[in-house]
Amino acid sequence: MSAPAAGAAQGPVARLQDVGLSYGSTRALSGVTLDIPAGCMVGLIGPDGVGKSSLLSLIAGARALQGGRIEVLGGDIADSRHRRLTSPRIAFMPQGLGKNLYPTLSVFENADFFGGLFGQDAAERKARIATLLGSTGLGPFADRPAGKLSGGMKQKLGLCCALIHDPDLLILDEPTTGVDPLSRRQFWELIDRIRKDRPGMSVIVSTAYMEEAARFDWLVAMDAGRVLATGSPGELLQRTATADLDAAFVALLPEEKRRGHVALAIPPRQPREGEEIAIEAEHLTMRFGDFTAVSDVSFRIPRGEIFGFLGSNGCGKTTTMKMLTGLLPASEGTARLFGSAVDPKDMAVRRRIGYMSQAFSLYTELSVRQNLDLHARLFEMPEAAIPDRIAEMARRFDLTDVMDAMPDALSLGIRQRLSLAVAMVHSPEILILDEPTSGVDPVARDGFWSILADLSRKDDVTIFVSTHFMNEAALCDRISLMHAGKVLVSDTPENIVKMRKADTLEQAFVEFLEEAIGEKEAAAAGAAAPPPEIAADAAAAQARAGRFFDFGRMLAYTRRETLELRRDPIRATLALIGSLVLMFVVGYGINLDVEDLTFAVLDRDDTTISRDYALQIAGSRYFIEQPPIVDYNDLDRRMRAGEISLAIEIPAGFGRDVARGEGAEVSAWIDGAMPTRAETVRGYVEGMHATWLAQKARERSGNATAGSYRIEIRYRYNPDVQSVVAIVPAIIPILLLMIPSMLTVLSVVREKELGSIINFYVTPVTRFEFLLGKQLPYVVLAALNVVILTAFAIFVFRVPFTGSFLVFGTAALLYVVVTTSMGLVISSFINSQIAAIFGTALLTLVPAVQYSGMIDPVSSMQGFGAFVGNIFPTTYFVTISRGSFSKALGFADLGPSFVPLLIAVPLLLGLGAAFLKKQAT
Amino acid sequence: MRLANVYRLGIKELWGLARDPVLLILIVYSFSLSIYSASNAQPETLNHAAIAIVDEDESPVSSRIITAFYPPLFSVPKLIGQAEMDSRMDAGLDTFALDIPPNFQRDLLAGRSPAIQLNIDATRMSQAFSGGGYVQSIVAGEIDEYLNRHRDTADVPVELVLRAAFNPQLDKGWFMPIANVITSITMLSIILTGAALIREREHGTIEHLLVMPVTPTEIMVSKIWSMGLVVLVASALSLLVVVRLILDVPLQGSFALFLAGTALQLFATTCMGIFLATVAGTMPQFGLLLMLVLLPLQVLSGAMTPRESMPEFIQTLMLAAPNTHFVILAQSILFRGAGLSVVWPQLLALCVIGAIFFYFSLRRFRQFLR
Repeated sequence: MSAPAAGAAQGPVARLQDVGLSYGSTRALSGVTLDIPAGCMVGLIGPDGVGKSSLLSLIAGARALQGGRIEVLGGDIADSRHRRLTSPRIAFMPQGLGKNLYPTLSVFENADFFGGLFGQDAAERKARIATLLGSTGLGPFADRPAGKLSGGMKQKLGLCCALIHDPDLLILDEPTTGVDPLSRRQFWELIDRIRKDRPGMSVIVSTAYMEEAARFDWLVAMDAGRVLATGSPGELLQRTATADLDAAFVALLPEEKRRGHVALAIPPRQPREGEEIAIEAEHLTMRFGDFTAVSDVSFRIPRGEIFGFLGSNGCGKTTTMKMLTGLLPASEGTARLFGSAVDPKDMAVRRRIGYMSQAFSLYTELSVRQNLDLHARLFEMPEAAIPDRIAEMARRFDLTDVMDAMPDALSLGIRQRLSLAVAMVHSPEILILDEPTSGVDPVARDGFWSILADLSRKDDVTIFVSTHFMNEAALCDRISLMHAGKVLVSDTPENIVKMRKADTLEQAFVEFLEEAIGEKEAAAAGAAAPPPEIAADAAAAQARAGRFFDFGRMLAYTRRETLELRRDPIRATLALIGSLVLMFVVGYGINLDVEDLTFAVLDRDDTTISRDYALQIAGSRYFIEQPPIVDYNDLDRRMRAGEISLAIEIPAGFGRDVARGEGAEVSAWIDGAMPTRAETVRGYVEGMHATWLAQKARERSGNATAGSYRIEIRYRYNPDVQSVVAIVPAIIPILLLMIPSMLTVLSVVREKELGSIINFYVTPVTRFEFLLGKQLPYVVLAALNVVILTAFAIFVFRVPFTGSFLVFGTAALLYVVVTTSMGLVISSFINSQIAAIFGTALLTLVPAVQYSGMIDPVSSMQGFGAFVGNIFPTTYFVTISRGSFSKALGFADLGPSFVPLLIAVPLLLGLGAAFLKKQAT
Repeated sequence: MRLANVYRLGIKELWGLARDPVLLILIVYSFSLSIYSASNAQPETLNHAAIAIVDEDESPVSSRIITAFYPPLFSVPKLIGQAEMDSRMDAGLDTFALDIPPNFQRDLLAGRSPAIQLNIDATRMSQAFSGGGYVQSIVAGEIDEYLNRHRDTADVPVELVLRAAFNPQLDKGWFMPIANVITSITMLSIILTGAALIREREHGTIEHLLVMPVTPTEIMVSKIWSMGLVVLVASALSLLVVVRLILDVPLQGSFALFLAGTALQLFATTCMGIFLATVAGTMPQFGLLLMLVLLPLQVLSGAMTPRESMPEFIQTLMLAAPNTHFVILAQSILFRGAGLSVVWPQLLALCVIGAIFFYFSLRRFRQFLR
């Protein structure tokens, strides 16, 4: 570590004055005043939820300042100009494994994207990425998707991405949480090397691991949104007169939090002769296809032991646990519980096991009591015993006061106790705990472990626990270290330390891991000397950052969006064929043509004339004749069953009456179940009746009389009066509105929801670059959709296209730019993806269907409808689409409809940029 | 499979639903307000239809015709010259253009059978299709009335008496609410079960369930019965209270038979909800999938427009969807009062489809749990 003195000379890298921050009614930070020294490694320590992340994101400029003042690198971070100019000098890696990475993108593509955000050209990016991947040992994995990396590798990649632009200030938010000891060690070594190469660089890190914090130059201890103390680790230990930082931190806590805390001591376990083996694994192996998740794992855990399990995320811990509990049948080997082999189908085995998973995973919609009750019942405890048992659990785990509270309202520490109570409710003999204490403060953690000790020593419960904390590992009776599906070592903590002749348990583990991975790889990671720096021209980078619009930065977003879309099957399907599916559905489903209706005749007359009458109907293309009706009962039955939609009754003597010119009456029954269809049927029948009468009249008199006239109907543009011809050209504008705008909204809102929007906040990308970069791929996709939909309309629906393809194509392209821009505007006030889907559907469909002239022409609307209809872009594209498909119109006629679309583009983009925030609020 | 576990887990689902305000509002809305507004807000097909008239006759008859068109069915007619007619129709300003030729009245009285030309913009779906008839009958009515003062009408030898069975007034306010109940049943059963599964996955509680002595079948069946029951009760209440009591729509047939059919439909659609949730994995992806699945199911099932007028292959294809059979069943029972002897093929089809869906969903669900 470099001496803090070196930094002191430069003055503070960040200066905070009375900084406060609230999320709604929750106070995250209050009255924080700090000078953070430059050129050294500064650590923020404290458990989860004390405001570390909030503070870091404020310093990075990712979050808008609410109160107080923060100066970073010599300027006010609240000033957007200063942020833009300094952003190439700051790098921010947010909390969460790979939080700002894109899981479907490969290692190289991720780093490439970040390079692009700083406007680096392809050659520069390539050279820088090669260097960074080489020095972090990620080189061999350049093509692996980020989502498939282990936790340690994800963090290294995050670091690569952060370092791609040679920052002067590196801000890392809990970079090593959830990472195995070796990867952690490597991570810090990497940071040290980078600091050696760039001695002026300041690093601010937050961490929950106190043993890491001991290596930093200067520490800020935080609790409940306030700074408890600052100073070098030595100073803090001295001030509190404690031996390690964990204890120092507890000592720094205010009195009421410390109350009830006693230094934790677990009585040593007395090994007994011939003790019963609770859990036994013999050569357990699990393969998923070609991938071996767990390979030849063996251990024996006697009853009542606390057995610790260490390893990185994805090393096979969870799979091993699943095999032990019988959730997964092992590919090879056997697992035994109390001497009998585990049978996955045997539900009885599960009753002997209690399980508590990572974080809190009980039902937040059930109260504390209901949670306990449900689990007790699912484990089939005798009905009568349940209330007593629940009361006992509540007493033992100190939950009596919160029995009717909802878990969401409880603090993390209490929820952890609830989880344990639930796992214990059926008195299992074995307790399996998967990282039970991540995110819990040291005081609550000690309390939790004392309960575990109690369970093990007093109740003889066998506890199988996985953890990342070394001080927790040291509390276990025995520990196993797992890596890449193999158990490296299994022994008591003391023996493990002795075995490697190491000072600490962590040191011993790192050595075991290094041995397992092989010196070769470890050396490769370390030895790859960073090649000479690419001429880093800070002035040029800053000038580039100051630029208002940079194509390189915009294209970085375009490239990434395209890659992501290609790798998301559901979104890609929607983008490519979604509109086609919907066109198909609407084109065929919303059909106003009524054809092939079934009808039958009850002919009581049965003469030439009556048969002639029936033939009139049977001969039309609308009706299909069914076998004649016998009587009223038959008519009733068949109509009820939906067999016929029209029944005609011709009375006896019909022929005679017609011949004599006397009045006769024909009855028609229409199935009124579907009123729209019934009305159409009525129209047809009336029309045919009138035609038949006219025919008869002509036969009798033979010439026209005074008062006769004709109404000549010309169905223009659609002479056959087909629904598809009317509907399809109007549905294309609606589909080109709904799906492209929804995808654009999703593309922005996804980043908000998943957290990667932070990359937009802390890099020099401008709003327009961000918006246009995201819009571009969707414009291209929508243009492709235009072609597909048009082709489908012409060749499948057989709608004649009479106008100019050039005019239609140009208008369609313009229109999809408009619709995607509308998506960008909508995205600025929506924060969750699910709201984006349904909100966009509602916001686009209603005005498009109701007010854009699809059904009622805009010219016949009034008031609000007319107002919306006249400003909504779809109106004008519906005119262009119908004009081009059915009316044979060219640019001369449709020109005026282009104007509103041309106005809409800059207007919408301007609005989108104005509403988009460059910081979290 | 043990029924006690299925029962417990189902009760837990009901609690989960009870504490999810968004879904509760969605259920209440889809079975009350949405049904109510569907019955009232059904737009008249003809509303301020734009009409223009070229009056080349300028006679008493032609002015009679012009004054016969007025709001709300039609807009006040625009009097235009013949030259304007085409360009106005091209620009989509008029849906109808009526051209009354010169000397129309003289020719009419002289028995020379003159022709009035009615131009209809047939790209204007509903207005064109239903409005054409209106325009014709209005014109005919005016001319007949004018002629009545000049001569007696000829007697009509045969009269056509039309009766609409089941819905004598052809009131769309009867049809739409029930069509909407059917739609809500499908939509909610898929959304509720899908959301119930995704909620468990997102909270990590599914992992928890698996270490307990419960089987995947028990978990799935519990979600099916609980969410199905909610939708069944909501739809029964909706039909009895909103449709029958408030909207005063007569419901034919056996209500119990309809509920039995609904239960079978729910069996199939809740299985579908589970299946889609396992494919999607997250709520947003589930939402996108719904977009692509729900609309075809509803529009092509015959709930909105008659199946007969769809292409043959779609009719056949849609036989695989439970909705198609459910729509036939619901319409037969509720509108036409059909009994078991009529709807048994639909009940059978729903059973078979439900069983197939259950089998595939369970298989998929088991893989999903790995």
